[in-house]
Amino acid sequence: MKFHGTAHKYGRDIDTDVIIPARYLNTSVPEELAKHCMEDLDPEFVSKIEFGDILVAEENFGCGSSREHAPIAIKSAGVSVVIAKSFARIFYRNAINTGLPIMESPEAVEGISDGDEVEVDADAGTIVNVTRGETYRAQPFPPFVKEIIEKGGLIEAIKEKVSTR
Amino acid sequence: MPRPMTITEKILAAHAGLEGVEPGQLINCSLDIVLANDVTAPIAIREFRRTGAERVWDPERVALVPDHYTPNKDIKSAEQAKTMRDFASEQGISHYYEIGCMGVEHALLPEQGVVVPGDVIIGADSHTCTYGALGAFATGVGSTDAAAGMATGETWFKVPASIKFEVSGEFGEWVSGKDLILHIIGMIGVDGALYQAMEFTGPSIDSLGMDDRMTICNMAIEAGGKSGIIAVDDTTRAYVESRAERPWTEYASDPDAEYARIIEIDASALKPTVSFPHLPSNTRLAEESRDIWVDQVVIGSCTNGRLEDMRIAADVLKGRKAHDRVRLIIIPATQEVYRACIREGLTDIFLDANAAVSTPTCGPCLGGHMGVLAAGERAVATTNRNFVGRMGDPASEVYLSSPAVAAATAVAGHIAVPEDLE
Repeated sequence: MKFHGTAHKYGRDIDTDVIIPARYLNTSVPEELAKHCMEDLDPEFVSKIEFGDILVAEENFGCGSSREHAPIAIKSAGVSVVIAKSFARIFYRNAINTGLPIMESPEAVEGISDGDEVEVDADAGTIVNVTRGETYRAQPFPPFVKEIIEKGGLIEAIKEKVSTR
Repeated sequence: MPRPMTITEKILAAHAGLEGVEPGQLINCSLDIVLANDVTAPIAIREFRRTGAERVWDPERVALVPDHYTPNKDIKSAEQAKTMRDFASEQGISHYYEIGCMGVEHALLPEQGVVVPGDVIIGADSHTCTYGALGAFATGVGSTDAAAGMATGETWFKVPASIKFEVSGEFGEWVSGKDLILHIIGMIGVDGALYQAMEFTGPSIDSLGMDDRMTICNMAIEAGGKSGIIAVDDTTRAYVESRAERPWTEYASDPDAEYARIIEIDASALKPTVSFPHLPSNTRLAEESRDIWVDQVVIGSCTNGRLEDMRIAADVLKGRKAHDRVRLIIIPATQEVYRACIREGLTDIFLDANAAVSTPTCGPCLGGHMGVLAAGERAVATTNRNFVGRMGDPASEVYLSSPAVAAATAVAGHIAVPEDLE
């Protein structure tokens, strides 16, 4: 998987309540959720994002609630991949399960500034900052997790198990 | 001989069919209970259908609780609740709780004996970690994980390392489990226990009742923890014996088990604590926060809506009235707690204090309904999160506290401790 876009950079502890406020959780329609993505943190977010852009954040991205509406909103808003120094654990699982690519790379987050042009090769685990001519390494997924991603998400991965029951 | 293990490792090993496990190991675990609510179940049900499964793996091991936007706050919420109700009926889910039997999920399931010691539980709600107070491994997941759990009765975990919190010393008057967990989150930060299990032990923990223990484990997620856990003792047994609908298994950490960290805490040095906006880790002492005037006080939620919380609030509110600029909202977390409040005369105390007393709901905690804040308004709440916009407008503020501090604040009009009212 390869991605290419403009980086939009935010701080640490970006919680699921600002990613998608609970006042919109009376729906699970991805397009509806996308309209309000990050609005309490940055009301301009949705209008700034071009399809394929890259969300960059410091530590503990996605902390708080278990709402899967959060990765769904980010993905539907057009973000191709989230790069952070670390992810909150429920968000980490939810992103994998719903097919939102995420990468853990403290050095990339240090090196990337808001507005930089960035290229990501998720399989190779490399992040290239085109604007600055720098390359960073990301943590590879554990093989078990990679298998889920390769099968197209958790539901696809367990279909076989369900059909043999 | 397997290596010495923590309580968490033992429970996970037993459910993975392994003699031993160690931190970092990826395992496939059988599940005892899978939970979802009216916000997370609609997505879980959609994903469940996509697996191709026609029936849940065991209709007696799936719990569905409509608590977030119920009683239905608007048409969209009504549709979500209906999706879950129809699914429960179609699948013959025995642990579905309609309005009138319903409670806030993490108060309800332990009270009804649905979750028991030694269980492995996943719930599509981050505060599922509450059940660790019973000596179970319980963790929050997303809707898709819950869907897979409902279809297969299994899930994968990375075995977490554990942090041990050894708490000794006597809790002071008006100092509770809430103050302890806020203090811990303030000390280690909102990602201080990221991916790890938080094990609470020591004589001070032993001295606490189940309601306080559930408050502590409930907020493990606010430190980034995968789970919180307290081993079974006589207090747990006394609570579980009359409630458990299944036999249970008790596990305890080996004395020489390995921990990522051991943190010692002196409970006698704790004072009533408040988390300032906009992170639970932003803690200060209540006695140093008297300059914060508030518009609303909420006492309730999966963190502090149990009977002991209601009793403490009533102790403070008895013979007093909420400040005339404060809207006081009290929400017993379950029907059983609600009824006990009436029986013990607590409801009269609340009504005499000019409180609005509501049927169980998560409502205001997540800014859903039943107490949403306007721009510029401030609330003190016994809930668990104070993120930007958590309880309403992004320009509103939430301060987290114990029921004692919340009740005293309601009377004083500003953040206060009960002693201030004398």
